[in-house]
Amino acid sequence: MEIIRTDVAVIGAGGAGLRAAIAIAQSEPRLRVALVSKVYPMRSHTCAAEGGAAGVIKDDDSLEQHFNDTVGGGDWLSDQDAVDYFVREAPRELIQLEHWGCPWNREDNGSVAVRPFGGMKIQRTWFAADKSGFHILHTLFQTSLQFSSIERYDEYYATDLIVEEGRCTGFTAIEMRSGQMRRFEARAVIIATGGAGRMFPFTTNGAIKTGDGMALAYRAGVALKDMEFVQYHPTGLPNTGILLTEACRGEGGVLLNKNGRRFLQDYGMGPETPLGKPQLKTMELGPRDRVSQAFWQEERKGNMLETRWGPCMLLDMRHLGEKVIDERLPFVRELSTSYLNTDPVTQPVPVRPVVHYMMGGIHTDAKAATTLPGLFAAGECACVSINGANRLGSNSLVEILVYGRRAALSAIEYIESIGSRSPTAASAGPADAAQARIRELFSRPLGKETITGLRQEMMDTMERAAGIYRTGDELAEGVTRLGELRRRYAGIALHDKTNVFNTDLVQALELGCMLDCAEAVMAGAAGRRESRGAHQRLDYTGRDDENFLKHTLAYHRRAEPPRLDYLDVVITRSRPGVRDYSGH
Amino acid sequence: MSERLIDLHVLRYNPETDTEPHWQQYAVPYNEEWVVLDALNYVKAHLDPTLAYRWSCHMAVCGSCGMMVNGEPTLSCKSFIRDLPGTIRVEALAHFPIERDLVTVVEDFMAKLARVKPYLIAKEPRTVEQGEYRQTPAQLERYHQYSQCINCMLCYAACPEYGLIPKFIGPAAIALAHRYNQDSRDGGREARQQEVATDEGVWECTFVGACSEVCPKHVDPAAALQQVKIASTLDWFREHSMPWLSK
Repeated sequence: MEIIRTDVAVIGAGGAGLRAAIAIAQSEPRLRVALVSKVYPMRSHTCAAEGGAAGVIKDDDSLEQHFNDTVGGGDWLSDQDAVDYFVREAPRELIQLEHWGCPWNREDNGSVAVRPFGGMKIQRTWFAADKSGFHILHTLFQTSLQFSSIERYDEYYATDLIVEEGRCTGFTAIEMRSGQMRRFEARAVIIATGGAGRMFPFTTNGAIKTGDGMALAYRAGVALKDMEFVQYHPTGLPNTGILLTEACRGEGGVLLNKNGRRFLQDYGMGPETPLGKPQLKTMELGPRDRVSQAFWQEERKGNMLETRWGPCMLLDMRHLGEKVIDERLPFVRELSTSYLNTDPVTQPVPVRPVVHYMMGGIHTDAKAATTLPGLFAAGECACVSINGANRLGSNSLVEILVYGRRAALSAIEYIESIGSRSPTAASAGPADAAQARIRELFSRPLGKETITGLRQEMMDTMERAAGIYRTGDELAEGVTRLGELRRRYAGIALHDKTNVFNTDLVQALELGCMLDCAEAVMAGAAGRRESRGAHQRLDYTGRDDENFLKHTLAYHRRAEPPRLDYLDVVITRSRPGVRDYSGH
Repeated sequence: MSERLIDLHVLRYNPETDTEPHWQQYAVPYNEEWVVLDALNYVKAHLDPTLAYRWSCHMAVCGSCGMMVNGEPTLSCKSFIRDLPGTIRVEALAHFPIERDLVTVVEDFMAKLARVKPYLIAKEPRTVEQGEYRQTPAQLERYHQYSQCINCMLCYAACPEYGLIPKFIGPAAIALAHRYNQDSRDGGREARQQEVATDEGVWECTFVGACSEVCPKHVDPAAALQQVKIASTLDWFREHSMPWLSK
């Protein structure tokens, strides 16, 4: 097997991975960086983020207020030492991106403009129209091209981490163009592969968001943390799940039920605010968990609009006018018009909550290090935790920057600490085992199990049991069902036995990753007998700080559902309190 | 009740088993909300797991799924089957070698992007502590359109020059160079001109304008090319007719 030797290998070349690679190239140009991704960098799903990135920049704002919004928004499950670091670094990272050319929207005087966002008490969301993620991704990618120490391995699918003597020393990956397996030997590895929304049938996530990096770490013995916290974004197009950014509401759009009532006022997010005058941190600028839960409650009362795609609420932006929509929300207009044949300038847009973001992920500390020496993680695939039980919109585009860089700096520190001990003369054993696993998959005879069939059953199971509201009975059944699917997964076989760009193979491997992540979500949700943030139990309706002011840690077991453990939340100064979105 | 079907013809090619590309036909249910990509996903999920193509976002921003649909360079995630005839022919993006089926080899494009130095070369370097550069909305507007490129490569598939002369840097890369040249924070135009204002660069373009017609993001690379031509002509005049004006 061909060996590729490097100093730091970064798996994933979206926002977090690119930021990490650039940070290494700038801080330690002597270190070789291998940037490995299953897609070309600009295809990464960072490109689909729309609304913006939060960072304190204006005189009326403070780090303390960003901290408070984030910790309260996360229902006190965020680690406060990490949030402190995050809010402090956020403006620096956004300015850095500005220096690299990101086309942020501007005030008339040329300073950076900010917009309101859900759950934020002060306007602090930097934005590039409604293509913020796209511009961040392309700015980072283009910036990365000037560093000769960054070597890209585009369209390589990582399959297994290699752990030797208790350290992560690399991984195996399939070069998709040839179908050949390569062994990457690295002194440190950073995982930055993003989320896993494709476990669910209705999601804003692109096809590539299959939890690959989470599964890599999980199988290597690192815990997945707080996986039960799955964010539903309130406003997805009902036929495709395409995201309409929260900035629609930040700019003044409102949510209506079928009777034309701004129903959020009935769910602790009122009183109603004047049309076209959005008030921060209340009504339509409430946090995503609360807004999606209000939708669910209204649906049960029969107050939602019946459409051919199921019950919907209406996102009304007509009062913003064409000029504002074209200037600030042009992509929303394009998407809504193209994919739903509904022009927001003239019609309210039917929308419904859609799986959007994983608050949980690979368990890391506040420095982006995992419990496996040599392995670091950043971005949506990681759980530091900044986002706690519910992420605030526009915090994730900042997290990929702040923590992408942090992971890079930690990896450099780690390499310095181990000195010349690495790279070791690695044994071929683990890589050969990874290759054998793939060969075995190729050699299986076709049976009755199909990738499509199992994937559909997994998605149905997740939607039924791990949706906006959950019950113990449904979760227990979900755990059982996913266990069955795991066993049946051993029976899937490939139709495509060739090597070049074999997407049948990649889909089979991705399905395996999603099943692992799904089990961690389901088990975590079954174990958490309380309601907090995005995890709402109909049988345990209150938040239980006595027993569950804790992170869930799920550990992989080969033939059984995950083993659960719990870890105290880091609280430095903000004691759990009431989340108040009544506009006071 | 008979289900309405569409006739989907896909140009297949697997270098391990085929000597040359060949058409394969699939009968796919008609759904008026579907784009061509949905039809391909139907084939992959239910009819033929061996079909290879790239896709991810399904919302016309990741740039993965460019292909020829009935002979036109198209994002398959934005091409509704309701707008197409009952027979749809899909093949790999023109002017690129086929890696497999609808997947093309794109290294040439990636190398060209990198060549034009598509990153900010600061006119006046600043530290993070000094805060952001000031850039007015009018200054932003000067390059904003050219920053919208999603690298989908439809313009390369549409460009007759790129088809004939592969060394041509091509529309998207030149538009990207122009994007940075037009940015008030940037001082790197001279470095970029060495790549762009050459006979592999703008002077290869014969201004057919097909690139701008197929661009799904209205970047208008043809306009960028013309502006680069004008700017480099002015450079030439400065150097040759009015040397006292050059630095």
